[in-house]
Amino acid sequence: MRPRPADSDDLRDLRRVLDLRARLNDAIRRFFRDRGFLEVDTPVVLSANAPEANIDAIPAGAGWLRTSPELHMKRLLAAGYEKIFQLGPVAREGEHGRWHHPEFTLLEWYRAEAGYLEILADAKALLSSVAMELRGAVDFTWEGKPVSFAQELWEKQTVSQAFIQHAGWDPALKFDPDRFDLDLVTRVEPALPADRPVVLIDYPAPLAALARRKPDDPSRAERWELYLAGVELANAYSELNDPDEQRARFEEANAHRQRRCAKPYPLDETFLSALAQMPPSGGIALGVDRLLMILADIDSLDGVLPFRHG
Amino acid sequence: MSFTAADLRKGLKIELEGIPYEVTEFEFCKPGKGQAMYKCRIKNMLIGTTMEKTFRAVDKIDQPNIESKTLSYSYQEGDKYVFMDNKTYEQVELHEDVLGDQRFFLLPDLECEVLFFNGRAMTVTLPAFVIKEIIDTEPGARGNTATNVLKPAKIDTGFEIGVPIFINRGDFIRIDTRTGKYVERVKQA
Repeated sequence: MRPRPADSDDLRDLRRVLDLRARLNDAIRRFFRDRGFLEVDTPVVLSANAPEANIDAIPAGAGWLRTSPELHMKRLLAAGYEKIFQLGPVAREGEHGRWHHPEFTLLEWYRAEAGYLEILADAKALLSSVAMELRGAVDFTWEGKPVSFAQELWEKQTVSQAFIQHAGWDPALKFDPDRFDLDLVTRVEPALPADRPVVLIDYPAPLAALARRKPDDPSRAERWELYLAGVELANAYSELNDPDEQRARFEEANAHRQRRCAKPYPLDETFLSALAQMPPSGGIALGVDRLLMILADIDSLDGVLPFRHG
Repeated sequence: MSFTAADLRKGLKIELEGIPYEVTEFEFCKPGKGQAMYKCRIKNMLIGTTMEKTFRAVDKIDQPNIESKTLSYSYQEGDKYVFMDNKTYEQVELHEDVLGDQRFFLLPDLECEVLFFNGRAMTVTLPAFVIKEIIDTEPGARGNTATNVLKPAKIDTGFEIGVPIFINRGDFIRIDTRTGKYVERVKQA
């Protein structure tokens, strides 16, 4: 896979978008610095990613490019850093489409002694702040349709509510992974309000990934995903900090990988042993290119990336 | 023979539950931690209707047994239209239902592309333009060269077509077989 040659006309046409991207990066950094977050940079080439059933890493040297900076950022949390953020590249094999690109920019931030709801408050403040900065208003249009980042308009639906309403079943009661993905894409996502941020919250425990289960209801995990106009923008957790449960989840993810004939990944033992020291924390990953695409009023990721993989 | 979902692209012909479809729209999607999926719009090649269909990366998709042949039109016999296979010189009969309105634009020896699904003729594609004689229409107003006002006219197969006012009986016109519409007057067939 090699970046497609962009001709200089294409690059000149992207001036407005590249300018917006630089301003978005500035606005994000200022937002977090003003709130006492420390910007960190963690390695891009890793000897181990977090194994995930459906995320494939791109090989690099003896290891892989990172699919997320999550594991290193959690090692910083475990070492006592309380508010950290990172804005940087990640890569995922084979993801290419209108809203996917194998190489993209992820914003991650973490708060110690906090959970997914504190992260939700951060996300609301961040999106209204960058919209004001780049568009001069929290209400604007994308693709000719009104959208709003106004904090009071955010809507929260539990995954169970959304599935019962739009797909006719509750995935938290009896989980069916194939049906979940298919119904999510064909029934639930298209039915979500398109003009405001929508948060799908409390995922069935089998989809917890690196989130902790709810203390009062272990069939659900403290995880939410943010949608805007049908575009999935961010994924947040109350972070799991039990090394044994995390190891079991990684092993389950690897078993799932083998069932779909994908290679299992090695476990990051340094991360797993540090996890015992990690305080209860909240964290999130937000797709910056997708956010830019909406703020720049462009309909596909290709339009906000100066160099694209062919 | 079968495809995997990763083979999907615009224009690919697939088979689902015994029906051949063509992929007309195609989008990769992948919810956060979920599996890769391909949202497609597919067109039923037998009756032309379209529908949405989402495939998961793991899905196996059948490849339809579709064969394309070039046939030359020979003659009509009731509701059957007799063609000759240009390669084998075999006679092939197509029912008028398969041809639809295309049957009105056939000419002797006209070469058509015919798609067969499991050996049965499914779609017929004529050359984009054919020339036909007008056998009936109201007399043309001489000098009226406007092409935006149309009057009804009949071609030799009985098909009714809108033509400009200046067209007369005995004129030859070019017809777009994809739309069934008049294109221009031509000197002679």
